[in-house]
Amino acid sequence: MRKVDCVIVGGGSAGMSCAVAIARFGIKDILMIEREKELGGILNQCIHHGFGLHIYKKECTGPEFAQLLIESVKKYHIDIKLDTTVINITEGKKVTYVNEDEGVVEVQAKAIVMACGCMERSRGMISIPGDRCGNVLTAGTAQRYLNIDGYMCGKRVFILGSGDIGLIMARRMTLEGAKVLGVAEIMPYSNGLSRNIVQCLEDFNIPLYLNTTVTRIIGHPRLERIELSSVDENLRPIKDSEWSVAVDCLLLSIGLLPDTSLLNKLNVERDPQTRSVAVNEAFEMSLSGFFACGNVLQVHDLVDDVYLEAEVCGREVARYLHDGFVDEEMVHVCAGENVAHVVPQRLRKENMQDDCRFSFRVKKPMRDCILRIRSGENILREVKKRVMLPAEMEKLDLEKSMLMGAKDLVFEVKEDV
Amino acid sequence: MEDIIIIGGGIIGSLIAYNCSKYHCNVLLLEKENDIANKATMANSAIIHAGYDPDDYSLKAEMNIRGARKYPSLCRELKVDFKQIGSLVLAVNENEVHTLERLHNQAKKRGIKTQLIGRDELLTLEENISDNVIKALYCKQTGIVTPWKIAIAAMETAMSNQCKCELNQEVRDIVAEEDGFTVKTQDHTYRAKIVINCAGIYADKINEMVTHKKDFNILPRKGEYFVLSKNASNFVKHVIYPAPTKKGKGVLVVPTVHGNILLGPSASKQKDREDNSTSESGLAYVREKVEKIVKNVPYQEIIHSFSGLRASCASNDFIIEESSVKNFINVAAIDSPGLASAPAIAEKVVNDYVLTRLNLSKRMFFAHRVKNVVINECSTDEKERYIEHNPKYGRIICRCEQVSEGEIIDCIRRKCGARSIVAVKKRVRPGMGKCQGGFCEPLVVKILAKELGISPSEVDYNEKGSPVLVCESKGVHHEKG
Repeated sequence: MRKVDCVIVGGGSAGMSCAVAIARFGIKDILMIEREKELGGILNQCIHHGFGLHIYKKECTGPEFAQLLIESVKKYHIDIKLDTTVINITEGKKVTYVNEDEGVVEVQAKAIVMACGCMERSRGMISIPGDRCGNVLTAGTAQRYLNIDGYMCGKRVFILGSGDIGLIMARRMTLEGAKVLGVAEIMPYSNGLSRNIVQCLEDFNIPLYLNTTVTRIIGHPRLERIELSSVDENLRPIKDSEWSVAVDCLLLSIGLLPDTSLLNKLNVERDPQTRSVAVNEAFEMSLSGFFACGNVLQVHDLVDDVYLEAEVCGREVARYLHDGFVDEEMVHVCAGENVAHVVPQRLRKENMQDDCRFSFRVKKPMRDCILRIRSGENILREVKKRVMLPAEMEKLDLEKSMLMGAKDLVFEVKEDV
Repeated sequence: MEDIIIIGGGIIGSLIAYNCSKYHCNVLLLEKENDIANKATMANSAIIHAGYDPDDYSLKAEMNIRGARKYPSLCRELKVDFKQIGSLVLAVNENEVHTLERLHNQAKKRGIKTQLIGRDELLTLEENISDNVIKALYCKQTGIVTPWKIAIAAMETAMSNQCKCELNQEVRDIVAEEDGFTVKTQDHTYRAKIVINCAGIYADKINEMVTHKKDFNILPRKGEYFVLSKNASNFVKHVIYPAPTKKGKGVLVVPTVHGNILLGPSASKQKDREDNSTSESGLAYVREKVEKIVKNVPYQEIIHSFSGLRASCASNDFIIEESSVKNFINVAAIDSPGLASAPAIAEKVVNDYVLTRLNLSKRMFFAHRVKNVVINECSTDEKERYIEHNPKYGRIICRCEQVSEGEIIDCIRRKCGARSIVAVKKRVRPGMGKCQGGFCEPLVVKILAKELGISPSEVDYNEKGSPVLVCESKGVHHEKG
């Protein structure tokens, strides 16, 4: 059986950034496995611009960003398997992959990095009632059909959910000649980045209906019409508020879920708040030598953030492979009041290299508020914030020195009174 | 002239075709949908009830008991899954305990082994039983299957043995003549000596075309279900029923062959025979009722909801008989336990109405079904061998269910092959997983287009005329197929 230092599952932005970091820290035997025919992951179908402002200090399209990463990867001797799918991972770090040329191959790894991204929430997960026609699809799938395969999935389009992919697709389909009739968002606020609301909806006069959801899908055999309803404060549809629109396509942009299915059989600690695995400051899971970064760990808004997270993860993987980590007790990091989740969920003080970056989201839009990080009653840091939005991932660096005395950490956000 | 025309390619029609194909005769099956097994067979609880439940002396009881016994061997013959996982009927009060006792006695009389167990023993079998449950009727014989796969396998085998199948042919008129029948669809006219009506929800309409009388009336009854992802597969291990009432078996919790869990069905009468949409009220009803028998329901694992129309009838029994017109056979009102009864019904129809009327000889060389390759179920060695033989088995298209390109191509090329995205999903499961086709659907469309020699924008989602894609994007030139 082939033995490698590290297997990276996924050759998208997280996988590539992580691979480069691992290689840069002197690890030579890296195997990266990508299921598509090219590296780049979802970046390849994101042909709009707006990527790379932080990392490359210029505005790239998705494929351009991917290309820059691919060029970095090529500088190192990283073994890349394309059109190859990982079908099993054991707790003993045996990775089984399959492809057309080699058949089924088992590899023994010393470390495994999960960098396999996320999936879109589907119609079934929110149980929209009505007919089950095929013209109801997730925005990312429609994006792939359009930007990779070259096909439009509708001429009169409505979008449910104001997630970023939905907003991007509203603009994209409009530019391709479709009529985008509106975007409905069940929450009282948008779930996309502000810049996308402006550049993708407002600039094209596409209406955004807040507190609104799709309550029925009508059409046989093709989609003909959708019924929309206003919702009350408990997000329940309000009776007699229904109105309908004739459409031939409904796109869903109702959230993303980390794709941790390869880890289902493993006994690894999970975080119900991120719906993924829990990791420590080194992005290591509760199973030693298993790492995760990118959207498989938590859903990011910006690929630049994925890049940076994966880079730190890669550095830590290299450290694990060179020296190993010290066994020590963990500090728990918890999402407190108004905070939806925090990553990392665990902290090991001795192993901490330097400052630790925490990523988190608020549960609801907050204005003039205070972000507070406390350890018991002891307040470690207080930051005043003018606006905090669930759609925008917050990042905060805490110095190692400050964390040394800390017990369990709580992140909370309160209105500033 | 055909010997037999079967109208309707649900599990009943397909199994009749399969049984007929064991004899030398000309059989034609007409199906109005774009695939076999696309209506009630596609949307039901997928349980092989043991048969203790239907009323004494009913056809339902007779067919259910006999059908359930035939399933293990039938599924072996057709190379499809049958899992005998057992069932538990739960009682939450004394009245329901009496119901369980009645069923227990009925089972004994019918030679079906059941066992009344108390709450403690019940909890050793299932963890997530509702706190109110006091007693259970345990039946080890109850099984689960994938109903549409049985129908497709049966039809495929029938077609390997000279049976013909025409999809997208809706029967518009039937004329009884001296020596047989003329059956007209929107496109063609066919002739046959015997016509077997297995038209499910439209069986009364088809009967009326021949007898010109409303001999019976099919009442569509909708059942809505939730599907839980495989992450929830440990939620229950047996089929869990509430105590049955006059209205039916109630809302159940059912493990599927592939490790998902079904919650449902609701039961609501309706007039419309085409409307199998889900409704907010129906799905809410399922959530409410399921709480009666189980707790800790992992609703966050819901990945799909669907509904099906059961072909019920006021008399509440199957209709399996010759109509007032000779050689026109009705197999109608096959609602629950229709699936469990199907093999017995098919056998009865062929024995009573085909073999007695046509002088048929047994096919000497009957082509049995060769099992399709299922990479996900293979050992590593088997996978290796298959991929070496055909590298396409090594290219995974559906990551959730780990389905390879080779399997998808097989299911299109086989007899009774897939012609739509849903038809592929039914046969080999891409899109049945957590992402519900978000990643694999575009790849499946490409494969279908290539195999069928059509453009991706012509690939149907399900019914004829239901493509997902409407046109090419600006300035893109595609090669056809």
